[in-house]
Amino acid sequence: MTKHTLSVLVEDKPGVLARIAGLFSRRGFNIDSLAVGPTEHPEISRMTIVVNVESLPLEQVTKQLNKLVEVIKIVELDPEQSVTRELVLVKVSATPETRGQVLDTVQLFRAKVIDVATDALTIQITGNAGKIADFLRVLEPFGIREIVQSGMVGIGRGARSVSERSLKPVAIPAPPPAQAV
Amino acid sequence: MSEITGAQSLVKSLEAAGARNIFGIPGGAILPAYDPLMDSSVRHILVRHEQGAGHAAQGYAAATGEVGVCMATSGPGATNLVTPLADAHMDSVPMVAVTGQVGAALIGTDAFQEADIRGITMPITKHNFLVTDPLEIPTKIAEAFHLARTGRPGPVLVDIAKSALQATTSFTWPTELQLPGYRPVTRPHAKQIREAARLIGDARRPVLYVGGGVIRARAAKELRVLAELTGIPVVTTLMARGAFPDSHPQHLGMPGMHGTVAAVAALQKSDLIISLGARFDDRVTGNLEHFAPHALVIHADIDPAEIGKNRHADVPIVGDAREVISDLVVTLQAAAENGQTGDYEQWIGFLAGIKKKYALGWEQPPAGKLSPQSVIQRLGQISGPETVFTSGVGQHQMWAAQFIGYENPNTWINSGGLGTMGFSVPAAMGAKVGRPDATVWSIDGDGCFQMTNQELATCAIENIPIKVAIINNDNLGMVRQWQTLFYEQRYSNTNLQKHGGPVRIPDFPKLAEAYGCVGLACDRPEDVDATIEKAMEINDVPVVVDFRVHKDAMVWPMVAAGASNDDIQYARDLAPEFDEDAI
Repeated sequence: MTKHTLSVLVEDKPGVLARIAGLFSRRGFNIDSLAVGPTEHPEISRMTIVVNVESLPLEQVTKQLNKLVEVIKIVELDPEQSVTRELVLVKVSATPETRGQVLDTVQLFRAKVIDVATDALTIQITGNAGKIADFLRVLEPFGIREIVQSGMVGIGRGARSVSERSLKPVAIPAPPPAQAV
Repeated sequence: MSEITGAQSLVKSLEAAGARNIFGIPGGAILPAYDPLMDSSVRHILVRHEQGAGHAAQGYAAATGEVGVCMATSGPGATNLVTPLADAHMDSVPMVAVTGQVGAALIGTDAFQEADIRGITMPITKHNFLVTDPLEIPTKIAEAFHLARTGRPGPVLVDIAKSALQATTSFTWPTELQLPGYRPVTRPHAKQIREAARLIGDARRPVLYVGGGVIRARAAKELRVLAELTGIPVVTTLMARGAFPDSHPQHLGMPGMHGTVAAVAALQKSDLIISLGARFDDRVTGNLEHFAPHALVIHADIDPAEIGKNRHADVPIVGDAREVISDLVVTLQAAAENGQTGDYEQWIGFLAGIKKKYALGWEQPPAGKLSPQSVIQRLGQISGPETVFTSGVGQHQMWAAQFIGYENPNTWINSGGLGTMGFSVPAAMGAKVGRPDATVWSIDGDGCFQMTNQELATCAIENIPIKVAIINNDNLGMVRQWQTLFYEQRYSNTNLQKHGGPVRIPDFPKLAEAYGCVGLACDRPEDVDATIEKAMEINDVPVVVDFRVHKDAMVWPMVAAGASNDDIQYARDLAPEFDEDAI
């Protein structure tokens, strides 16, 4: 299985999320993460969907998604040509003895303390999946009490936007050359 | 602009969209719409069950090529449309379903007769809408009809809150539709057409694998030109029966689980499958791994998601079947004028031999008993190729696909993908409304018939004189056949009669009479023709003929579910032999 990140522009209409979620579920496609939000156009929302499939099922995923009337455009974000971020809020135990070490870790990862209690800190961190995993691993020994994690969002590198076709459309495997009969 | 109610706006919208007939049943939430409907030019046909309304709309659409329309109220009215919607979705039938919904303020409160029909039907419609703003009614109806009939056709549901129907609004029929995410590709890519033409020229064992898309695209004429230009053998799937004349010498019949040996062999031994509006359904391919192992595939379909879904396409072509075929004809004609034509002679000869050697047939029934195959064949022969046939699902469906000669598109209407028992009678009703001058025969099984026969009342009262042939073997015949073959003849729950009981329940001719139809019965082989002829003479009321056939008839040939097409059985334990050297 390989992960693919799809950036999907949809009409901002009621039920569109249910349509997409339902499609993934009934066709047996796995969603790793899904994030939805508004775009620069008020009528259009963007979904960033991380799917875990091989390339052939991926072609089916995108074709079936494209059949949904409210789906306007789908592009696959090439990891080399795009920037992705997740946001995590993590509540970690911080006693007078460990507080200093936790704050060092926060500094090191350029995270941010957003709430303080006598025996705990709530920390916000953004980054790609790898950075977040590392951060959580370092915090683990202090005692993680709760994690809230957003879906991944991503955007293509450079000046162009998706509507300018700067990102490559979802790749459909080229048919092998026909053999002589 | 004068102010009208949302209900009036809905009826005006349906008129503007070109709806002429609606099949439906009123109820609380849709009630406001039924008042202006009384004064409309649109004919409303009051059915007895919403499922009947849905299948009637399908039959109407399949017979005419126009969008079929059905209407129901909220909750149970709407959920009764689920089966027809799923059926239409599988078989790409253009259909619009209008349902009432509880008032907008009540949505989500578990109100009386509330069901989230938009949520329920999301996976079984091409698209659906919930309308709570009366101003949106014309746009949504216009969009629904556009979506239903264009691209790959399909069912669209418009759920309208009662409050929107009752509210005051104004009516403006839209001149353009805002569907930014809906851009079906109908024009095939020229490069793909050239590549396809090249493969066709190089092939030695090509076959035209014709699916229901050819009928939906009204491409039967173009298909015939293509077939005759190239001489390539043709197979027509269950959904495509009638797309190419059965009497045509190039026609090998239907492929698949109960296809002809010649049609199955043509795909299996082919070196080039030219798929036109077909979708490599499991009932056609059998075990995919062993399907047509030596064939390259040209796959033309209006739905890109079908291409490469089940079988890799060497030349994918997205486009409308009629445009694809027309473009292929132009390209191949130009090639022919340059002296480039395919050489398929040996292949055609090989298939002709198989077609002759393994022609469709059946085992003779016990003496004095009716053979279902023979009844169905005589129905086709006596009523002629202009007749529209509908069927339910099971043995009678397969025999009707096998033993009736179809010469014209839109004359064979059945539930192919979903396999809905009970489809036949209401579909025949819809077909007859769409084509009142055509003879419409519903071929049905005794099991299927009992699922939807209440629509005979509709037919009798609304003056829709369909003819119904019940192929009555007292059993759920196809299931029984599988029990015979795969469950050691343990007939669990397939006998529809009392074991050993002398009286048939129900008495179908009496039931027909009770519904205001003419009821006939036929028990003896020598009475078959006379009974059919008698039924053909009755054109003022519906006729139901109870053909009591013997229960042990089986559908052959057969490829067992999941088996390779190579393992086709011509009859029980009888595999055809192919002279491989002859190809």
